[in-house]
Order: sequence, then structure tokens, then C-alpha cells
Amino acid sequence: MNDDKVIVCEELTKQFGDFVAVNHISFDVRKGEIFGFLGANGAGKTTAMRILCGLSYPSSGKATVAGFDVYKQQESIKKNIGYMSQKFSLYENLTVTENIEFFGGVYGLSRPEIRKRSDRLVSKLGLTQEAKKLVGSLPLGWKQKLAFSVAIFHDPQIVFLDEPTGGVDPITRRQFWDMIYEAAATGITVFVTTHYMDEAEYCNRITVMVDGKVEALDTPGNLKARYQAASMDEVFYQLARGAKRSAD
Amino acid sequence: MNAVVLDHITKTYEAGKVLAVDDVSLEVAAGELFGLIGPDGAGKTSIFRILTTLLLPDKGTASVNGRDCVKDYKAIRRSVGYMPGRFSLYQDLTVAENLHFFATLFGTTIDANYDLIRDIYEQIKPFSDRRAGKLSGGMKQKLALCCALVHKPEVLFLDEPTTGVDAVSRKEFWEMLRTLKQQGITIVVSTPYMDEAVLCERIALIQGGKIMSVDTPASVIATFPVQLYAVKAANIYRLLTSLREDTAIDSCYAFGEYVHVTFRHDTDQDLPQWQQKLAAQGHEQVDVKKISPSIEDSFIRLMNEKQNVQP
Repeated sequence: MNDDKVIVCEELTKQFGDFVAVNHISFDVRKGEIFGFLGANGAGKTTAMRILCGLSYPSSGKATVAGFDVYKQQESIKKNIGYMSQKFSLYENLTVTENIEFFGGVYGLSRPEIRKRSDRLVSKLGLTQEAKKLVGSLPLGWKQKLAFSVAIFHDPQIVFLDEPTGGVDPITRRQFWDMIYEAAATGITVFVTTHYMDEAEYCNRITVMVDGKVEALDTPGNLKARYQAASMDEVFYQLARGAKRSAD
Repeated sequence: MNAVVLDHITKTYEAGKVLAVDDVSLEVAAGELFGLIGPDGAGKTSIFRILTTLLLPDKGTASVNGRDCVKDYKAIRRSVGYMPGRFSLYQDLTVAENLHFFATLFGTTIDANYDLIRDIYEQIKPFSDRRAGKLSGGMKQKLALCCALVHKPEVLFLDEPTTGVDAVSRKEFWEMLRTLKQQGITIVVSTPYMDEAVLCERIALIQGGKIMSVDTPASVIATFPVQLYAVKAANIYRLLTSLREDTAIDSCYAFGEYVHVTFRHDTDQDLPQWQQKLAAQGHEQVDVKKISPSIEDSFIRLMNEKQNVQP
């Protein structure tokens, strides 16, 4: 096994009855890579991500995440990854500090360790004044930055980000990507989905899923060259236009 | 005549603690396709809810086709279509039942205005016996649009119809809006996607409850006050980091594979010299060029200007 690869998928498949949500997908993700996972609604992204996060079993095929098997070692996977989505990330009715403590505890960090890291994080984010405020009262941009920080609080090998920047203002969206770059530079692998095609350009490599299959996998530059497109938007449009399926 | 008028509208929540809409005035002409462009929390939904008479403003007046949003609420409700941001049809009714229900509610029938919804409804008709809750995102969006149109409204309010929808479906949706506009319906639509702004005739850029600019997309872009440059290198993050350390640079933001840059002194830059300087700093595959701004460039600049004048 190559130590450089933190996610390995081989012919990974998930079927719900007759419906093949994820259809024999194969790809590798390298350590420290920012890996963009794109696809139209209903292409199978969420299903694939749930398997890789240890939340769902595949029907067939192989996959390891952080060196752990998606069939037999789901709990070890969960300890070694972080997860953040636009829809759910923090408890609005807990304070900033309480959220950090809660997630630190869930990820198995000791109390002294949580306290030490929590102080550092709060001051790094410039939230010292807001530490005792409810997360629900923070502006969306701050919430998203805090949510990302909490998702990597336990130094996971991989962080999964499911549309992390939806609805966020254009400046905050870019500050968020700064945090992604920073995390990747420290060796955390970033697995990210997005509907913003400019963000696809910030990824080292991109997969585009169409109807359960990986239709393309390459660097943004190579994809644009192959599809003779000026932007990732065009690449995506060319690939996803032929999709038969549409679902949430 | 103006189809929609907002005159110094202010709306607060939680006993005045949260300022959602801050003294907003704007006008939308009859038959116009008008966009409210801004991120979550900008105040877009509050404005929609005031105009559709579902929310009372704290201050100011608003009207739709000359009818006051407070006094004439009944007449407004009969004459506008509203598609809220959150899917709000009956999940346990089928596609056909939902449409029939909304037609009946407005005292009309599906057949009476079928011309208006035909192109959209034909796409979901094969699923007319399916419960709305079991539809895909794209189909829900089409059904919601049909239900908002079934009584042939004078003004159509669409709150973030394309949020969370993939790039292909977004394009299709905007094509539907263009067709509706040709039939004379005034459309007010909101979106957090800046690239959709250019598809509107006029736009309001909104942030933190305040309108930053109202104009045609072309004019918003034309009023960008300085020359904009685009720089590219093999490693975007390293490039961003060194551009930020350059004191001559006023702003630099990543836009896809390029970084957009403005200078403190808006003099013509020597591009080959700049390119050499970046190469000397160790950047590979450097490319620099002059570009014209996008709506998103304008939005960022206006946001920064606003922050700088605040105390």
C-alpha cells in the first residue's frame, strides 16, 4: 500500500434496490491534497461521501479511508476524519466555547487538551469577545469559519466539507478558502463539494460525478484543456448536461 | 408605472436588536426582471415578505402595482405570485393536487392560464401522480414555480430559487424566467450567486440590510473606479500570500485560477516587469493581464468601501 494515499476507492458501489446510486467508482486521494468532488444534484456525491465517512456500507467494491476499511473499521474512520456541511455544523443554542468543548469531547480529546486548544482557537479566530455568546447570534460567515475550525480541531487526517460556502458573502467565501489552503499546507487532506465553479479551480484535483459514475478526474488545468473549455463552469456544463438523473 | 416601490423601509427583529433591512428604497418598473443580489443575512427575504404582505415594516412604505403593502394587503395577495426560499408546497399532496389546490385558492383553474405554465408543467407532468415530497430538487423547484404562476400574477417574487441547485439546472431555470418575462410579468428574484446578476435587467447589490448599488449590471461594472488586473501562477495560495505582502497592492482576491488585483496608485502597470518580479519571487507559470471586472468584483469593492467608512 502506498502511504501517500489517504483515500483509496476501487469499484465502490452502492445500490438501493434496483437503483445504483454509486456505480463502480475508483479514485485515490493523496495526503495534503485539496480534492474537489463535483456533480449535478442526484449524481451520487452524498451517498459516496457517507460511505467514506463511515456512515453507510457499500454494496460492493473496496475503499479505505485514512488506512481503515469502510466495511470493518467505521469507528476508526470516524475518529480520523472531520466533517462539516452547510446544513449542519454547530449547535446554535450552545456558546462558542461550549461547541468547541462538545466536539472536542466527541472526537475523544482530553479535557486539559481541549482547554488548551480552545483558547488558542478562540484567539486565532478573533472571537475572544464572543466566546460566551450563543453560536446562533453570530453572523453566518463567522459560524462557517468556526465550524471549519471545529471540524479540524482534533487534527484529523482528512476533513470532508459538504458545500461549506453556500450563501456566504464573496469576501467570507475567500477567507474560508484561505483556511482550507492553510489546513492543506499542514498536511490535512481536504475533500470538498461545491456548487461554485470558481472554487473548483482552487482544488488540486477534481472529480465530476454524473449518474453515479466518475466521468472525469484530473487537475482543473487538464480538464479545461481536454474539454477545450475556458472555465470549470464550461467543463461541468459539458459533462453534467447529459445527466439522466436528478435528485437531492 | 413602477410595479414595486420600497420607500425608506426599515425592519428589525428581536425588539429592535437585529437590524434586517436598513432604510431601503428602490423601484422596479413594470415588466422588469429585477435581481436582489446578496449573501445570506443581507435582508433579501425580509424585503420579499414585506412586499408579499407577510411582514410589517417598522418604518417606511411599500407598494406593489400602486397598492399599499399594509392597507391593501388583500388585493396584493390576489395579484402576486410568491415562491419562498424554503420549499413550501404540500409534501403529502401529489404534483397535480398541489397545482389544483393553488388554482382553487385563487379562484381559478389550471386550464384557465395553462398557456403561462405549459412549458414548465410539461416537464413535470410525467410525475403528476407523485407526492411533492418525493420529487427531486429540480422538479420541486419547477412545481413551486407553476404553483406561483397558476393564477397569472402581475408580479412574481422568487426568493433564492436557485440556491443549492446545480449549475446545469440553474441555467435552465433562468431560461424559464426569460420566457416568463416576455409574457409581461414583472419578476423580482433574489440570489446569492453573483454570476446570475448579469441575467437580470437591473440589480440591487445588498449586504447587511443596506443597498450598496442599484443599476443595470453593465453600469455597476462600468462604475468600478480603478483598473483591475488578473494574475495567475502554478500555486495560487503562494501567489496570494506574496501579493498580500506587496504594499503597492490595494486588494487581491482569488477568482478561480486567477487572482484579481487592484493597486493603491491607479497608474498603468508595466506588465512584463511585474511578471518578471513575480518569477523572481519563485512563482512558476506566471501570467498577468488587464481585465474588466465582474459583478462579484464590484460587490467585494463596495463591501470593503462600506466597511471602511463605518466607525
